[in-house]
Amino acid sequence: MARLVTGEVAEDRGGPEGGGPEGAAPEGGGPDRAMPEIAAPDRAASPGRAVGARWSARGGVTGRLSRVRWWRAAILGVVGIYLLGPLVSALWFTVYNPRLREFSLAPYGQLFGASGFPASVRMTFLLALTTIALEFALLVPAMVAIRLRLPRLRGVVESIAMVPLVVSPVALTAGVSSVLGWGLNDQGSWIFRLDADLQSQSFPLILPFVYAILALPFAFRALDAGLRAVDLKILVEASRGLGASWPIVLWRVLLPNLRAGMLSGAVLTLALVFGEYTVASILGFVPFAVWIVQDGQGSGQLPIAVSLLSLLLSWAVLFLVSFLGGRRAAAVTDRSS
Amino acid sequence: MAVTTDPPLAGAVDPAPTRRGLRRPRALGAWAAVAPLLVYCALFLGLPTWALLYEAVRRTDPATGVTSFTARNIAESWSGFYLTAMWGSLRLSLLTALICAVVGLMTAHTIAQSRGRMLRQAVLTASGVLANFGGIPLAFCFIAAAGTAGEATGLIRRIDPGFALDTFTGLVLVYPYFLIPLMVLTTMPALEGLRPQWREAAAGLGGSAWDYWRHVGGPILLPTLLGGFVLCFGSSFAAYATAQALAGGTVPLITLRIASVLSGNVLAGQENLGMAMSLDTIFICALMMAVYLPLRARSARWLDS
Repeated sequence: MARLVTGEVAEDRGGPEGGGPEGAAPEGGGPDRAMPEIAAPDRAASPGRAVGARWSARGGVTGRLSRVRWWRAAILGVVGIYLLGPLVSALWFTVYNPRLREFSLAPYGQLFGASGFPASVRMTFLLALTTIALEFALLVPAMVAIRLRLPRLRGVVESIAMVPLVVSPVALTAGVSSVLGWGLNDQGSWIFRLDADLQSQSFPLILPFVYAILALPFAFRALDAGLRAVDLKILVEASRGLGASWPIVLWRVLLPNLRAGMLSGAVLTLALVFGEYTVASILGFVPFAVWIVQDGQGSGQLPIAVSLLSLLLSWAVLFLVSFLGGRRAAAVTDRSS
Repeated sequence: MAVTTDPPLAGAVDPAPTRRGLRRPRALGAWAAVAPLLVYCALFLGLPTWALLYEAVRRTDPATGVTSFTARNIAESWSGFYLTAMWGSLRLSLLTALICAVVGLMTAHTIAQSRGRMLRQAVLTASGVLANFGGIPLAFCFIAAAGTAGEATGLIRRIDPGFALDTFTGLVLVYPYFLIPLMVLTTMPALEGLRPQWREAAAGLGGSAWDYWRHVGGPILLPTLLGGFVLCFGSSFAAYATAQALAGGTVPLITLRIASVLSGNVLAGQENLGMAMSLDTIFICALMMAVYLPLRARSARWLDS
């Protein structure tokens, strides 16, 4: 039982927080795994305080310790001002009109009437959904299979998942555009038609295909953390033993257990697609981020309002999701202890 | 690194398990589940990378129309105008990565020490958003804050009179906004992996805080710190959206040059220079990765046990 509990604590981390690092970093593999068993309970017991008490008993160290605290506050303060400053001034910029000396939420209201806004948001949302579906359709079966039957392949897939960190989006786009260019040589062939379909202006399929690659590093990490937190073998053997077919096992046993990891992976992918500018702008499509830039050249407040909203919204969603995963884990822990 | 994605690697691993798979249909099923992922990566990651390699060494002579293999693209991508851009990118990435590795580590340490779960979750999720999503929205927030009509521009100009967002200094101000969160995300697991017992043991043996960091915490964290630095460098080096939205063509950066060549902004005959420059960036990032991977393995050994 104890094992199950730690497992859930691990998932709590693995989901939201683990989802983060993967986002940008290929890090996870090592240090990520370090945490679950020991550090989590220890942290709850607030090690800082225990050590602090012991050290202050040693008299002379107290002064140094308070100096350390002071440093810490200073760092947090400076970084906090740096990180919050632009957001606050963006908010101020959008609601305050210095010429008329009045506050107004008008830019946020104009948003929905802005030309091209609904179309670009709709397209981006569809692109994001396609990317997420593609990502999980490829990754979930592969990673489950690797965990159960082909552990030797783990290293290979992990290094493939890290390649997008080396091949930058600009370089990948350069490669993709030259591959797409090859198809244009002989008109009328099936390659030409495929090429044209991939680059259709209304729904450019090539974008989700490339985005799935860009999202690979952290989708892999998020899923990997989720998979590590459940005892896959026991779950699968139990359900297979009870006569479930593979699709049923995947759908009714594995997916519910991987929910936290998948959710944070999906939200990060959604954020990536909504913020993605490089690939889309070089290939000449106009999803959300490209629309902001194109539309933002002339008008003042609107693009900044949109930017602020999109940043805050994606943060809020990720924050909520992280607590959703956490609460579920806590509930399970309570029940089993 | 990039080469590993090519089909050969998938193929190299393939034969043995398939042979065994014939004996055991279960393994065959597992391979059927992994195959789509490998094929997909070969198609959308391997093929474009191979196309880059191939196109980077080809050149069409504008006068005769003859296409031949040559190293001239690569050579030209390391000269003049393009070398300036590469140099600018390297300088910007090294500087910002250095700042952010130090500041990010200190921030992560402060947060790792705090007890509030809300604060930690808020910081970690916000970091996830900023490190990945940043780009365009970020650039616009900074335009509101420190652009020509920005709220804080006057304040900054009091320190640096010539300050503007579309300069090298401007980018140095903006890049940490997504690099510090990246560093926090990268180092947080390692910082949380530092056992309080180690610190207590050091204190119990009469060591000061400095002794602890000098002999215990520092050496264990060093690989993570360097790894984070490498990631920040890579992220800064590869950044395009922020630079494009803020600086357009005014700051020479390699990603901006590649994009401008790709959109046809180049002399006849030099069309493939974009590919050559892309290849250069892959080469530099691969070099950084080659430093990073052994380091990660080293820190994992300590923090994993």
